[in-house]
Amino acid sequence: MPRPLSIVLVEPDADRAAEVGDALRAAGEFELHLIHDTNRLARQIQALNPDVVLIDLENPSRDTLEELTLASGALERPVAMFVDRAGEGLSAAAIEAGVSAYVVDGMQPNRLKPILDAAIARFALFQRMRTELAETKRALEERKVIDRAKGMIMKARGINEEQAYALMRKTAMNKNQRMADVAQSLVTAAELLS
Amino acid sequence: MKGARIPVGFIPLVDAAPLIVAQEMGFAAEEGLDLDLQRAPSWSSLRDMLCFGRVDAAHMLSPLPVASALGLGNVGTGLAAISVLSINGNVIGVSAEMADRLRAQGHDFAFNDAHAAGHALIEAAQGPLRIAVPFPFSMHAELLYYWLNALGYPAPQGIDIRTVPPPLMAEAIRAGDVDAFCVGEPWGSIVVEEALGSLLLPTSAIWSFAPEKVLAVREDWAANETELSGRLIRAVWKSGRWLSDPDSRVLAAEILSRAPYLNMPPEMIDRALSGNLTVTPQGLQREVKGFLRFHKGHATYPWDSQAQWIATQLASRMGLERANAQTRAAQVFRGELYRSALEGLKVDVPEECSRAEGAIAAPQRDSATHSVKDSVENRFFDGQIFDPSQK
Repeated sequence: MPRPLSIVLVEPDADRAAEVGDALRAAGEFELHLIHDTNRLARQIQALNPDVVLIDLENPSRDTLEELTLASGALERPVAMFVDRAGEGLSAAAIEAGVSAYVVDGMQPNRLKPILDAAIARFALFQRMRTELAETKRALEERKVIDRAKGMIMKARGINEEQAYALMRKTAMNKNQRMADVAQSLVTAAELLS
Repeated sequence: MKGARIPVGFIPLVDAAPLIVAQEMGFAAEEGLDLDLQRAPSWSSLRDMLCFGRVDAAHMLSPLPVASALGLGNVGTGLAAISVLSINGNVIGVSAEMADRLRAQGHDFAFNDAHAAGHALIEAAQGPLRIAVPFPFSMHAELLYYWLNALGYPAPQGIDIRTVPPPLMAEAIRAGDVDAFCVGEPWGSIVVEEALGSLLLPTSAIWSFAPEKVLAVREDWAANETELSGRLIRAVWKSGRWLSDPDSRVLAAEILSRAPYLNMPPEMIDRALSGNLTVTPQGLQREVKGFLRFHKGHATYPWDSQAQWIATQLASRMGLERANAQTRAAQVFRGELYRSALEGLKVDVPEECSRAEGAIAAPQRDSATHSVKDSVENRFFDGQIFDPSQK
């Protein structure tokens, strides 16, 4: 029985880290380390000397891991992204899901697969949630701006809410712009003039 | 008509301008293209997006495809540079503490003398210099090694070069993790704006014609989509020409500042575009000619000799065989694709694939005609000439 693989998960968000941890534990027996603080990331990882590193594709600190591929010291183990070790489809699926994995040289693909499958499934879920959240936030922001602009028009022209809204919509259509953009222009202009 | 849609990745930097402007100012549309511009969170992610086909073309550090051709770094797919996107444009800066030491030594922050700035930095170093760069395979790293080596500083052994993503550069300096940094704009100006450090030197003072970013595609895409790649090369060339016109500057800064692109005030972007940089938090101004080039002097022609210079630096640093590295590198920069793409435009394109890098002096007035030759300086600060044809 080989010793359990050691995995480092780089994830600043504690809740997400816990969820990935659970998914990995369900997939097999691993020694799991978490890194929350990405300061001096390459050094922290070198100290832990793991077999696999998992990191969110969106994390800008990922570039610091590229240093590890150049490991040259006697005790350092060269690390590669799993691209050249795992099957074709798996790499693309991971990129699509937004996770990247770095593994030490010489690792068997069959030992890696369960880890990646679990990580990919979990990160794909995060990806969907992130997109939804961003959409919701944007819609909310836009509604706020439209409401503000509407208020301004009502006050300036002495018209009611419905008329103000209709006026904005008409302007947006005439100018071939989104209503949120028309509203934003008005709010910005008003700030400049006040 | 919308045109053929091409997904293109970029990193939010001023030198992504040729791609962004190509889409926004209609140069892509003129070529029947619709660029689907996707902002990437890091160079490694952008490289993967390109390799795995999420994008078909990318704004890329010029050494990255060269390194991958030499088997360095994590790339499984062959990459080709079908055009250079920009020349120069990076700054070397120091932490506020290092700036104080330099000032105490009498350094004037003239921002134009690589000898003076380099010697001052070496003298002020307490222990190995800790310098941040955005990526291990970058002109930032190569030029730092070249510069300090030429001044007699033991590089790479004596320097502690660390990878710090540009948006985290200011934070690394605030935390006291690094003494100096080399980064593309606007990130150097942001460090100055936050009063965390000062700018010491533009990298153009080390090599005045350093290929900074390239337009990278997958090798097989370049081979199978010659028609599309030709249109892309032309669109980006037109974009670079537009960007080189001083009258375009205000609008260019405005476009780049928008949320999907750099998402920061145009004023921070204009510094790099104009070459008028604020180098200290006290507001010291310095003007740099040719700080960032997109067009003049065949700026976007991908010279084999540029790829070979990069390969030679990488080879000597990583202990690879030099001649082999040069041969492989020359296959990455695709001058022939660039040349045939621009054929129809009736513009002047170099006929050679390679040249002596560092061998073009500053333009001089012709004594007979009094006209100034339309050339752009290509010099290394130490006068070296790199000519790959002289083995």
